[in-house]
Amino acid sequence: MAKTLFDKIWDQHTICDLGDGNDLIYIDRIFLHERTGSIALRSLDEREIPVRNPEQIFATIDHIVDTLPGRGDETMMPSGSQFIQSLRESAIREKINFFDLNTSRQGIVHVVSPEQGIALPGITYICPDSHTCSLGALGTLAWGVGSSECEHALATNTLVKKRPKSMQVSINGVPKDGVTAKDIILHLISKYGANGANGHAIEFRGETIDRMNIESRLTLCNMAVEFGAMTGIICPDEKTIDYISGRSFSPKKDQQKLAEESWSQLKSDDNAVFSKIIEVDASELGAYVTWGTSPEHAIDIQDKIPTTESIKNQAKNASVKKALDYMGLNENEKIKGTKIDAAFIGSCTNSRLSDLRIAATVLKGKKVASGIKAICVPGSSKVKKDAESEGIDQIFKSAGFEWRESGCSMCFFAGGESFGENERVISTTNRNFENRQGKKTRTHLASPATVAASAIKGKITPPDQLEPQS
Amino acid sequence: MNPVSMILGVAAPFLRINVDTDAIIPSHEMKAVSKKGLSEGLFSEWRYDSVSERKPNDDFVLNQNPYNQSVILLTGDNFGCGSSREHAVWALQEWGIRAIIGTSYGSIFYSNCIRNGLLPISLSPVDIETLVGFVEKDPQKNLIMINLETLKINYGSSEIAFDFDKKHRTLLLEGLDEIQQTQKLNSEISSFEEKHRKLNPWL
Repeated sequence: MAKTLFDKIWDQHTICDLGDGNDLIYIDRIFLHERTGSIALRSLDEREIPVRNPEQIFATIDHIVDTLPGRGDETMMPSGSQFIQSLRESAIREKINFFDLNTSRQGIVHVVSPEQGIALPGITYICPDSHTCSLGALGTLAWGVGSSECEHALATNTLVKKRPKSMQVSINGVPKDGVTAKDIILHLISKYGANGANGHAIEFRGETIDRMNIESRLTLCNMAVEFGAMTGIICPDEKTIDYISGRSFSPKKDQQKLAEESWSQLKSDDNAVFSKIIEVDASELGAYVTWGTSPEHAIDIQDKIPTTESIKNQAKNASVKKALDYMGLNENEKIKGTKIDAAFIGSCTNSRLSDLRIAATVLKGKKVASGIKAICVPGSSKVKKDAESEGIDQIFKSAGFEWRESGCSMCFFAGGESFGENERVISTTNRNFENRQGKKTRTHLASPATVAASAIKGKITPPDQLEPQS
Repeated sequence: MNPVSMILGVAAPFLRINVDTDAIIPSHEMKAVSKKGLSEGLFSEWRYDSVSERKPNDDFVLNQNPYNQSVILLTGDNFGCGSSREHAVWALQEWGIRAIIGTSYGSIFYSNCIRNGLLPISLSPVDIETLVGFVEKDPQKNLIMINLETLKINYGSSEIAFDFDKKHRTLLLEGLDEIQQTQKLNSEISSFEEKHRKLNPWL
């Protein structure tokens, strides 16, 4: 029977059928961070259950650690060092691969993982973090889990799981200059809702995806979870193989050819059946920005905030009104030109070298508007170093951006650092939830190009290319 | 995990959609490497007028009598979306919530509920409205009973049937430890692993 890419990888990892639709799935690699990984490892230790295959486990510090220069275990969050030290002690005790603070491989889990060749095509991969779906960009069957399931996988190298339904999102057309993967995924979520892909694993495909570089694919898959999906996946191609080649944990020279042959088989059969198919014409899209408190509250920057009158569903109507109230905005108003207080470039969605390059192109020779707090947090220590070797840090700093050490940082304020009350932030992150970036902070999600353009003007602004020609 | 079969008690109408796990337990409320000590932080940005002083917001449903004794939440679409933090489940349970009745759930949150014995039940919006209508007539007296054994929800003299994954139902009814269950299959896992490594020697 014709199979999807997802089904092929799933079937290759099925140890046995446990009945009632549940399979016992073998897990190849696990990545941990200090916030949830620390708890999973401690809990196993307390129960005297060993980690089954430590060499298949990786860990780093990203969630709670500060991103200010000269940082250490002490964090702005009073008890933050507990998480860092607990993970470090467990990692050393269990002999798992650990990328500690102030070492060259540290960074945001989902940035470090592809960078180090840990996420690979055709493998099963979990992390106790919802944005693990990012790694589907490499043809990895990757998804986020909670602490208990993570403990189960650490102890047994398996998970008990029901196969999700399949969804194909076919994206075609050449996007306008200035429109990025971030804009495409925000469009998709706004059109079909934050639970539009609930219960599904998505395969992204189409000519737009074929042309996309790996880092943009990572951005696209990153937000599959904001669309309600279990994960997103993209068939590996030559770009994937080139990207992986020569990284620290990718196949060594003598096995590379064998691995690449195997990866070239990883695609959905032509007549594979998906339970749902969505088509997107990327050529029609503009730059997207959110106006509310869910990623589904997104519009083209040139459009107006929707009116509530048209929303008949009572719960949805109430949620939109509540969102507008929280955001300090009115329905049927233009979003473009809304004054901002801060700009943030970072997070597992948009903090890779190509993201910083795009932002730097916009910022070069310019200054952020007066009074704007502007912060850039590279996604990993390697991204930071590579960006510095290209002089990107100088462009950011000259423009008035802070240039930080890598970590999740103010994507949420676990580290204790946040934006202020009622401050309006344009941000390359993935969640515009209430209070996510600070108490009563108003978050607008957008692409790095849009965030950079907005920082310069001090108001929500699309990249230059997307402004109507006068 | 303690077995779960019957839940009876006050149900709180909480008909919001897309309630994310950041709202259920904000990052700054997760203060220790622990699964405990989280109930105070539950919904803290909504539940308190002043989070730092823990000054209750009287408008928040779980602060109102008798909803402050709720064991069931009646809620809307996509409950528990967002972050994978299992702290959301631990916080709800520690506060006293034992079941959620909604239309759909964030997938990681749903799995987290199962592993901790918090019942995530899915019903149609119409059925949820019926339950809300029943509860709101007299929240103190109009209790809701969930029976996982019979897959029935009883309210007054009426009942609604619900579906529940068979495997998850057994796990909850028997209070099984999933790791111990899987470890019984260790020889199957090891032989799979051996073959898998031969096929994929780069792993």
